Amino acid sequence: MSESAKDQKDILLSASEVTMRFGGVTAVSGLSLAVPRGAVTGIIGPNGAGKTTAFNVLSGFYTPQEGTITFDGHSIRGRKPHDICRLGMARTFQNIRLSHQMSVLENIMVGCHVRRRQSWWAAPLGLPMYYKEERAIADKAHALAARLGLDDVCNEQAGGLPYGAQRRLEIARALATEPQLLLLDEPAAGMNPQESLDLMHLIERIRKEFNLTILLIEHDMKVVMGVCEYIWVMEYGALIAEGTPEEIRSNPAVIRAYLGEDMVHA
Amino acid sequence: MRFNTSTLLSILVMLLGGLLLWHADAFLGDYQIYIIKLIFINAILALSLNLIYGFTGMFSLGHAGFMAIGAYVAALCVLTPEQKEMMWILEPIMPPFDQLFTPFWIAVLAGGLVSAVVALFIALPVLRLGDDYLGIATLGFAEIIRVLLTNMTPITNGALGIKGIPEHATPVTCYIWMLITLIVLARLLFGNFGNVLRCIRDNEIAADVMGINVFHYKVLSFCLGAFFAGVGGALLGSHLSTIDPKMFNFLLTFNVLMFVVAGGLGSLTGSLLGAGIITVLLEWLRILEEPMTIGSLEIPGVPGMRMVVFSLALLGIILFRREGIMGTRELTWGKLAARFRRHPEGGRA
Repeated sequence: MSESAKDQKDILLSASEVTMRFGGVTAVSGLSLAVPRGAVTGIIGPNGAGKTTAFNVLSGFYTPQEGTITFDGHSIRGRKPHDICRLGMARTFQNIRLSHQMSVLENIMVGCHVRRRQSWWAAPLGLPMYYKEERAIADKAHALAARLGLDDVCNEQAGGLPYGAQRRLEIARALATEPQLLLLDEPAAGMNPQESLDLMHLIERIRKEFNLTILLIEHDMKVVMGVCEYIWVMEYGALIAEGTPEEIRSNPAVIRAYLGEDMVHA
Repeated sequence: MRFNTSTLLSILVMLLGGLLLWHADAFLGDYQIYIIKLIFINAILALSLNLIYGFTGMFSLGHAGFMAIGAYVAALCVLTPEQKEMMWILEPIMPPFDQLFTPFWIAVLAGGLVSAVVALFIALPVLRLGDDYLGIATLGFAEIIRVLLTNMTPITNGALGIKGIPEHATPVTCYIWMLITLIVLARLLFGNFGNVLRCIRDNEIAADVMGINVFHYKVLSFCLGAFFAGVGGALLGSHLSTIDPKMFNFLLTFNVLMFVVAGGLGSLTGSLLGAGIITVLLEWLRILEEPMTIGSLEIPGVPGMRMVVFSLALLGIILFRREGIMGTRELTWGKLAARFRRHPEGGRA
């Protein structure tokens, strides 16, 4: 306990012995991880390993039956997703969740909402403070769109954007909530190699520019090995290995469970 | 930035409309004035349901219930104590209500507020449901309200209803309340709160993750919608001068739903257009119910004929223009100007 307490000061998100069961199925069992502040870390594992469930537990969609989750000094087990977002955790989804009928800018502005100070009733009263804040939100959304290369399509409907741009828009919206920690659920899913490469650069860039900590789930080994400093490997809901990319590459359990022939040849 | 050309134009048109209505007696007959008032009241109802259903995506069928509450509360407020004593013949009216007597605007406000409070209590359990289940549950609550009104005889005069409500709802009063509804909703919905509500409509999970307390905003939207439904009901009661529980059955809800769907879910100007066009159409189609002679053919008057034609027209809308007149778009001055200048791409304002 005293040893882990020493590490605690740099740990932004930590989960210990988290177990999530759905009826008789144990989707995540005894998951423990500690995400250091400022790092890019990843969770990998074969399909059905429980990675997305782990994300859903961390971001508050599910309350795990066992275990504790601590984020930035707060215990967040059992807290609602919008509460956790307010504390500074944002995420994206594997299947992109945008408001397709709304414009790119409006989607980003939704993300700005959590940091606003004025209550809803300031709007019909037309208080000057309210308009000031509305303008600030619009400016912030514009700035974020520009930083993620969406400034040309600001007024277009989100549903009409190409896939890669929708991914970037989801990240922009998440950034609008001013997070400390960004959870990315398979950001490179469905991307070609060039797009994946661009995504890696993007992740690196936003981490520096926004002073972020990033935890991602990914299938694309190039992306994971390329950007992550530390990796957890899951199989059948349990952690089977963890370490730096080099350690993971040479870990026999990982090779057997997941990386298989690919990495033997690599 | 706020006082640009469109804002000025809007204010100008609003004032002009008010001025015209002020002198409506001079150039309009009673029937036309009756229709105009009905349009304004229906517009209030359509706008409020659009907030709940079109913008926040909650399929609520409880509108008639909230209107009934607004109408009854307002009627109790504006009737004089003597009138009440005379009218409550089944059972005498209960104490605090017999002496209640307020100006009309307070009565309307009270109708809206009581309606919003009731909506709050309904919302807390019911808004945990989604989609069709919410529709069924709210429909049930509207019926409960109606049954309560029928049976709370010492307050509501039971099935006899309330008659002789003073007709304070002049065209100008209705117009002002419609403008208040429109302005409040437009300010709310065209700002970032509108984005938040629409995000909840499109993707509740995403909204939750973006730090939006989804339940809070759903309750807020529901209660605000109920408030304006209550206001609309209060005006309607005064407009018709008589109310009874039977008139607030679910058909009234569907009427309002019709305005909203025909105008366009998620479009405020669409609701105004929908309420206006359908109200006029419903009145105009009354011709069909009178006996007609076309050449040698004599058609006897068929009561309910206009609803048949009307249903066909609605079917047409659903088949050929499912998103309604406006869809989710809004009619703006910029778009109107573009239409006149024949610039097809100019309407992005």
